[in-house]
Amino acid sequence: MAKKSVWSDNRFWQRTAAWITGFASILLIWLTFDTNAQIAMGNDSDLKNGVTKRVPGPTVINYKITYEMDKKRQHEVPVIGEKEKFFGRDDYSEEEATELLHLGKLGSQSKNCMNCHTLLGNGAYYAPDLTKAWLDPAWGPTGSMQAMTGKSTKEEAMAEFLQNPSQYPTHARMMPNLGITAEEAKGLVAFLKHMSSIDTNGFPRNFGKIQGAVNGK
Amino acid sequence: MANSYLTSESKKLATWYFTVAATLFGAQLLFGLVAAIQYVIPGFLFEILDFSVARMLHINALVVWMVFAMFGAVYWLLPDETGIETVGIEVGKLLFWIFTAAVTVVVLVYLFIQVGPADATSIWFIHEGREYIEAPRWADIGITVVALGFVANLFLTGMKGKRSGIVTVLMADMIAFAGLYLTGMFYTDNISVDQFWWWWVIHLWVEATWEVYVGSIAAYGLITMIGAHRQVVEMWLWIEVTMLFGSGILGLGHHYFWIGTPEYWWEIGALFSALEPLPLVAMFIHVLYDWGKMQGEESAKGLDRSVITNKPAFTWFVLNAFGNFLGAGIWGFFHTLPQVNLYTHGTQFTSAHGHLAFFGAYATILIGMMYIAVQGKNGIKVLNNSTSTIFATSMIVGGVVGMTVALTVAGYSDVIISRAQMGATWAGYFDAQATTWLTQGMVWRLIMGVVTFVGFFFLAKDLLTIGKSNIHVR
Repeated sequence: MAKKSVWSDNRFWQRTAAWITGFASILLIWLTFDTNAQIAMGNDSDLKNGVTKRVPGPTVINYKITYEMDKKRQHEVPVIGEKEKFFGRDDYSEEEATELLHLGKLGSQSKNCMNCHTLLGNGAYYAPDLTKAWLDPAWGPTGSMQAMTGKSTKEEAMAEFLQNPSQYPTHARMMPNLGITAEEAKGLVAFLKHMSSIDTNGFPRNFGKIQGAVNGK
Repeated sequence: MANSYLTSESKKLATWYFTVAATLFGAQLLFGLVAAIQYVIPGFLFEILDFSVARMLHINALVVWMVFAMFGAVYWLLPDETGIETVGIEVGKLLFWIFTAAVTVVVLVYLFIQVGPADATSIWFIHEGREYIEAPRWADIGITVVALGFVANLFLTGMKGKRSGIVTVLMADMIAFAGLYLTGMFYTDNISVDQFWWWWVIHLWVEATWEVYVGSIAAYGLITMIGAHRQVVEMWLWIEVTMLFGSGILGLGHHYFWIGTPEYWWEIGALFSALEPLPLVAMFIHVLYDWGKMQGEESAKGLDRSVITNKPAFTWFVLNAFGNFLGAGIWGFFHTLPQVNLYTHGTQFTSAHGHLAFFGAYATILIGMMYIAVQGKNGIKVLNNSTSTIFATSMIVGGVVGMTVALTVAGYSDVIISRAQMGATWAGYFDAQATTWLTQGMVWRLIMGVVTFVGFFFLAKDLLTIGKSNIHVR
């Protein structure tokens, strides 16, 4: 009798499954170490020395952030520029900024932001993506959202809106009042500003670059 | 329970798990309906039961009912596969009650407390605000204990009794399933690190361990329902494990395109996730091929009868084979490449894929397992379709496919206008929301959601009554 082919042998496939799974897992673990080193949060001295981090330190709130085309990478990246006032100050210490970001990140979870919005593109699709919300023209000096709140800076306008979202007629689909306090709102805005400084490999593309004319608007 | 043909305690426990699972399935659809209405009538239950709360209940009920049904299905098949009563069944029953009580408390807190202050107590006692795994930290710990107890029962039974290929795969798979949950149980201020590990749970569950679980259940179903040969079925199962883990583990990379992680994930994620549909094609062919083969053997004997011993369950298993391939495979492949995903990421397109994939890959086969339990509990040799079976199946399948098509159409304007043309700003988002494709798509999604919901009542009625019907061979 001819020898049974290895291709129809269960033991062969069981071993193949074990080897392939093991190999894929080891590769994933190795990449996980590399990625985690690259996405570890930077610190204040990185910012002061112009060291680019994929996820900058919390004191990035002391600086102006823009989203610009990178010639080499062929997509937009966040660029950290000169000092910029945030709630009237541009000298937040590492501790103060970390505390503010901590409050904001906790707030983003406890207020359940991602079950309406997307953060870094993940979440629900009932409300706008917040990845680069800090850089949104609507909140800028000539933007409709800032004008609506009657505040003179972006951060104050955002904080005011977060505290009383259902008072402002933004859209038929309004944001509900989530009991956000003044301090929590400040933390959330710091969290949004920090998130906009994360290098997301060019997502979203053309953010804020194109205005007008869609559907006859 | 009265009038039960079940002698195995493990199978009795399985029916409890299935009962809670089916109830939570109903809850999932109910809160999905609330969220769907809010897309069409934005003021509906505003500041009473907001979209965020309805949607959290919708997706959490989804995850939890599936986990309940998955545990139930394992408790159901263990005595058949190992030839012995499940070890530690009393502990298993206790854990079932703990799990059910914990889920009830979590749901009530979601419903009536909804949001808390921005501090750790909210994370520990209300919810964690992380999509799909919102359960508060205390419940996380409870779920881990329950899952470890379940895995222990599976291992002890597998080691004491006969260890078939199916049981071996389940043992390896379920320990990974339980272990992966731990990677979603810590807090960090770094949103990129947060989402990196969050995907370890979500992706490595639904695109790796859960898929392998489905392969095992499909193998069990083919052996019990059409008498497929174990040797063949288990060889296919090992090939499927090879392909599923070979593509799915590194396919994780397709969630790492835009969350702050390095660019090399573009290539890794694209390549391995593009391979992910292959095992789903294999599973589809496998189920249909075995069916044809067994029916052919019957015909060769000159016998003109169906080889299927459980018509409703087998229908759901075939729907699984096709739905998994279509929902997870095709709808997933549509937007898995980075050059496409740059624009589709976080749009209604994702939602379309989510609906058909969770339904096609998991809901179908788990409903099938519920029918297998009904058959066993009532001591039926051949379980036939009732009128309710037909209504339930066609309305649920038609409803979910309808929702998927509606969301896909809505997704196109979301992708093209909000993302590609307007660059994803606040204004761009609402411009897309106002388009005809999106607004009418949402109306159709709601209509199809209602169809699904009505279908659920037929399903519930059928599961409760079909066992007593006289249309079966006993």
